Amino acid sequence: MRIPISALLGLVLTGGFFLMALFAPLIAPYGLSEVVGDVWESRSAEHWLGTDNIGRDLLSRMIYGGRTTILIATLATILSFTLGSFLGFTAAVIGGWIDQVMSRFVDLLMSIPSLIFALVVLSVMPVNITVLILVMGILDSTRVYRLSRAVAADINVQDFVEAAKLRGENRTWIIFREILPNALSPLVAELGLRFIFAVLFLSTLSFLGLGVQPPASDWGGMVKENKEGIVFGIGAALVPAAAIAALAISVNLVADWVLNRTSDLKGGRGG
Amino acid sequence: MNEILKLLVQRVALGLLLLLLVSVLVFVGTEILPGDVAQSILGQAATPTSLANLREELGLNDPAPVRYLNWLGGVLTGDLGTALSNGQDITTQIGLRLGNTMFLAFWAAVVAVPLAILLGLLAVRFRNRWPDKLISGVTLASISLPEFFIGYVLIYFFAVKFRWFPSVATVYDSMSLGQKLNAIALPVTVLTMVVLAHMMRMTRAAILNVMQSAYIETAELKGLSQFTVIFRHAFPNAIAPIVNVVMLNLAYLVVGVVVVEVIFVYPGMGQYLVDHVAKRDVPVVQACGVIFAAVYIGLNLIADIVAILTNPRLRHPK
Repeated sequence: MRIPISALLGLVLTGGFFLMALFAPLIAPYGLSEVVGDVWESRSAEHWLGTDNIGRDLLSRMIYGGRTTILIATLATILSFTLGSFLGFTAAVIGGWIDQVMSRFVDLLMSIPSLIFALVVLSVMPVNITVLILVMGILDSTRVYRLSRAVAADINVQDFVEAAKLRGENRTWIIFREILPNALSPLVAELGLRFIFAVLFLSTLSFLGLGVQPPASDWGGMVKENKEGIVFGIGAALVPAAAIAALAISVNLVADWVLNRTSDLKGGRGG
Repeated sequence: MNEILKLLVQRVALGLLLLLLVSVLVFVGTEILPGDVAQSILGQAATPTSLANLREELGLNDPAPVRYLNWLGGVLTGDLGTALSNGQDITTQIGLRLGNTMFLAFWAAVVAVPLAILLGLLAVRFRNRWPDKLISGVTLASISLPEFFIGYVLIYFFAVKFRWFPSVATVYDSMSLGQKLNAIALPVTVLTMVVLAHMMRMTRAAILNVMQSAYIETAELKGLSQFTVIFRHAFPNAIAPIVNVVMLNLAYLVVGVVVVEVIFVYPGMGQYLVDHVAKRDVPVVQACGVIFAAVYIGLNLIADIVAILTNPRLRHPK
């Protein structure tokens, strides 16, 4: 199996970001909210990326911020996938009015832009990490629902599923043993895209001041903290913004490759 | 003709029904979740009596369906209520800002739509060669970039280093059109870049789809040049899907505009919404949420209608 260079680059970078998130406290030279210098110091041997708006080491903040971003985005993606694919499979297998009700409700949720709905909900909910994960995961599960329902509806009419139904297997068996294994490859390709969406969504919320609350901070929040420096020609806010872009692009490269590979596989089997 | 009219009326009615359901959803989203409006206005130190008084004043003691109907009645008659945080009339405030936001979105669309179609055509003309690959590469990158990254990079270079444009986009009524355009140049660029990628990619796909038809092969076999084939034969047949793509992406501007307004401190609806979410000012958030959703649903509806008008096959649903 030959991995194209772009995918390899994506894999290495994505792996690097996740390792950084895992071992953040070991790598970071200073503490998360430790004030170690002047406001917006430029790059030096002690502070590789300089210091931030209240004199904290920017590199350490970046490492801890990446951990927060990746952790929340990962959990939200897991939630949206579990919820969306389970409900999508169920709707496809059971069909009838249950399918109708769930699908129309999802249509309704998707007729409001996610960001606007998230802002509406966050105006009354307490803003903490659990609420963020729930809001992001539930709003994004609508997209996973649509995909997995469509995939499962295709599989549901195939002979081996008919056979399982005639054998008298129950719905749990049909969903987990017949449909899930066959629906896995299109879902995995979608996983990367949903993760990117979660990263960008969280960063946007934090940038607007409605995501992760200080003193903890994710990359979007760090852009907000340091944005005042831009007009003085201090680029501290660009560092976390670039990191978000780099993470999203590397995951995208991997997802693109997986997507191409799975569609090649389908072609190889004769559609 | 009657058939079409009937179908269109059906679509519009469906859109209105959707909007009504969305208003229910927005209302439920802010009312039933744990979190008491009175408590959040007065803070933790509030006495039980003052809490009770405020609840009475805001009508929080009525059951939720009654409050929803009162609110809906207000919205339909143009009365969006008063802001909790400063007691201003929401309808007046939104009146001042909605025009600004439309102005920004309008110019972004004016720049983005022709550019996207042109680039899409170029990508098809040179498909699988370097211009196509370059365009796809840039597209992939710009889908992954957050709006604020593009925004602050532009501010850093064009407002701070070169001083060509202001970093803060302020517009007032007394400014001339030229001054206003100079003020919004950077936000318009960001919005354009955000929607351009999707629009271009889908335009490319729509034309490529048409390119597989038999009559395109005929045109090629007649010895027509690539450009003539694309412009005279493929493009007219791809207009319907392209218009659809354009409308869907303009709907995406609704979201982009929120972030862009905050980056450039632009006095529009997005900034207004975000400020009042932070202040937990529920009536303002509800009003803005419904307006944003209405614009979004409206644009999607127009996309639907254009598709029906331009594609006779859609007039006879199975």
